[in-house]
Amino acid sequence: MTAALKSVLQHPGIWRGNQRAQTAEDALPTGFAALDELLPGGGWPRGALTEVLLARQGIGELRLLTPTLARLSEADGWLAWVAPPYVPYAAALAAVGIDLKRLVVAKPQSAADAWWTAEQALRSGACGALLAWLRAADERRMRRLQLAAETGHTWGVLFRHARAAQDRSPAALRLLLEPATEGLAVSILKRRGGPVSKPVVVALPQAGVARRTRRAAPVLSLVHS
Amino acid sequence: MLWLALHFHSLSLEVFSRGAAVPEPLAVVEKQGGRTWVVACNDVAEACGVRVGMAASAAQALADDLIVRRRDLSAEQESLAGLAVWAGRFTPSVSLDPPAGLLLEISTCLSLHRGLANLLKQARCGVGEMGYAATMACAPSSHGAWLLAKAGIEKAIRDPARLEKIIVALPVTLLDQPSTVLEGLEKIGAQTLGDCLHLPRGGIARRFGQALLDELDLVLGRLPEARAFFAPPASFERSLELPAPVHDAEALQFAARRLLPELEGYLTLRQAGVQELELVCRHERRNNTVIKLGFAKPTRDAGRIQLLLRETLGRTRLEAPVHTLVLRASLVLPLSASSADLFQKSREADGDLLLERLRIRLGKDAVYGIETAADHRPERAWRPARGPKRAAEANRHRPLWLLPKPLPCHDGRLKLTSGPERIESGWWDGGDVARDYYVAEDRNGAQLWVYCDRVSGEWYVHGVFA
Repeated sequence: MTAALKSVLQHPGIWRGNQRAQTAEDALPTGFAALDELLPGGGWPRGALTEVLLARQGIGELRLLTPTLARLSEADGWLAWVAPPYVPYAAALAAVGIDLKRLVVAKPQSAADAWWTAEQALRSGACGALLAWLRAADERRMRRLQLAAETGHTWGVLFRHARAAQDRSPAALRLLLEPATEGLAVSILKRRGGPVSKPVVVALPQAGVARRTRRAAPVLSLVHS
Repeated sequence: MLWLALHFHSLSLEVFSRGAAVPEPLAVVEKQGGRTWVVACNDVAEACGVRVGMAASAAQALADDLIVRRRDLSAEQESLAGLAVWAGRFTPSVSLDPPAGLLLEISTCLSLHRGLANLLKQARCGVGEMGYAATMACAPSSHGAWLLAKAGIEKAIRDPARLEKIIVALPVTLLDQPSTVLEGLEKIGAQTLGDCLHLPRGGIARRFGQALLDELDLVLGRLPEARAFFAPPASFERSLELPAPVHDAEALQFAARRLLPELEGYLTLRQAGVQELELVCRHERRNNTVIKLGFAKPTRDAGRIQLLLRETLGRTRLEAPVHTLVLRASLVLPLSASSADLFQKSREADGDLLLERLRIRLGKDAVYGIETAADHRPERAWRPARGPKRAAEANRHRPLWLLPKPLPCHDGRLKLTSGPERIESGWWDGGDVARDYYVAEDRNGAQLWVYCDRVSGEWYVHGVFA
């Protein structure tokens, strides 16, 4: 390789197919090295939308985010949870290191209000992160959220059902989550700087384990009368 | 000493007109000697041919849509007091000169407002924002400044010698003396203050009384002056009569904005911020509509109050036309000086504003923080929190999601992975529970928090380890 070519390749505007994109956008480390490795900038994109797609709740989708949320809660700025499907449980959130003083929950009545709330939270720049569970997504609404995240320089996380995987989306990062034997399998459907073919398995902290099971036989048959 | 005098020359009109965005022909009349005369009219009315000194009936004949109001001295007085409250943002030494004057001692607060020119600019801006007009003048004596302002000479004079040079040319009619004295002066050919000053003092005192001499001396700063300063009221409540009943919230917002500078002055004087505001809309023959505004933290920032006011009014549907608007500060709390804003991180300020905006649209109860509560029953171990404090009793054995209500579990293929944790509590308040909790995995790989009710023996899902 000639010296002239080398100097051209060092230009920050040049991206080579075999490396992940070097983004000017600062990234929030996920706390999982295997995942950071695959994400542009080495973490969640701040100032952009991240879409998390999953077929059902409870496979570790929040535990994937809690290390970052805990770190963000040390700084000022809200962690806004818009239209969560269940009750965010205070004792468990405190246990993973999230400062409850930074957490704010919004329960809008209608889908339109929920989209509005998410957009306001992103645009205001007053939030470290926004987590939203929104219904009736369409491309226009998604685009508005992505723009709001850029304006407010805020990390926006949108939880959606896995069947939305085929839809077009303006989000900077799209992940599909599936349960795996040793944690959580994360497939990167879209990222800045080229596709990734293989899912990465993230070893999540175990859910609620503390006490050893005293019983020898862990399989229980629940017969509902 | 440096005094700033503000002369509100059109106050009798402005008490009626300042709530309207678009001026309509307006004349203020007064009854004198059995007839009703026009004592003031605005430009729009003047363009129709209405003049001061005209009979009210003649004025009405000239302009069909002329709004005629009887002069309201008590409203003027109230307005002046409101203006004095507003002036509190510049200096604590504010003195009233009824019916239409304010005198501010500003020598001590010039550097705070970055110089006289800047202070005058701010004052002019504020007066305009509230819907008033004033002539302003500065002089080393309050009487001097007041004479200049009344004469319409908008100058800032700090040198007593220069003040004298200007004062001598002013007509004696500007003096605050009884008409007999003014007529007497005219008879002897003294038309200007200069003429009076040239006359022998002894002669003036004998003929017109000591009061005239004293006033001249006060103007020139030769006599020490004693002024009573305005004491701000303990609470803030200001009303604004609208020139015509208003139905849309947009026009109401305009009127409400007129009152904000006064509120800001009041809060500055009290070194306080407002946390709750009430906007009362008075209707004809109907109960008042009360619109409440709550702030996440006490604030005195007029811009922020205005923003919230706009959003609130934008979502308010008025049931009837409004004739009077009242702004009341219902919860005022001390605010530790402006240095708090200086060092406060802007993100925190943005955060408060965000919460306020969300609460306006979604409702007060739809936006909240969460904290732990000291109760063993999982459904009572958390609660919404509103204040700045959060109880945070961490528990590693709890799921991140709690189901709002335990769901009966019909799935026979759950795999229990840890447990049990026995929770028995609440027998004393009727909400007693006796449960064995387990972590379970369903066939899709989801981690659930399930329990077996020890009374009925049935299984329920109570949480999700997301």
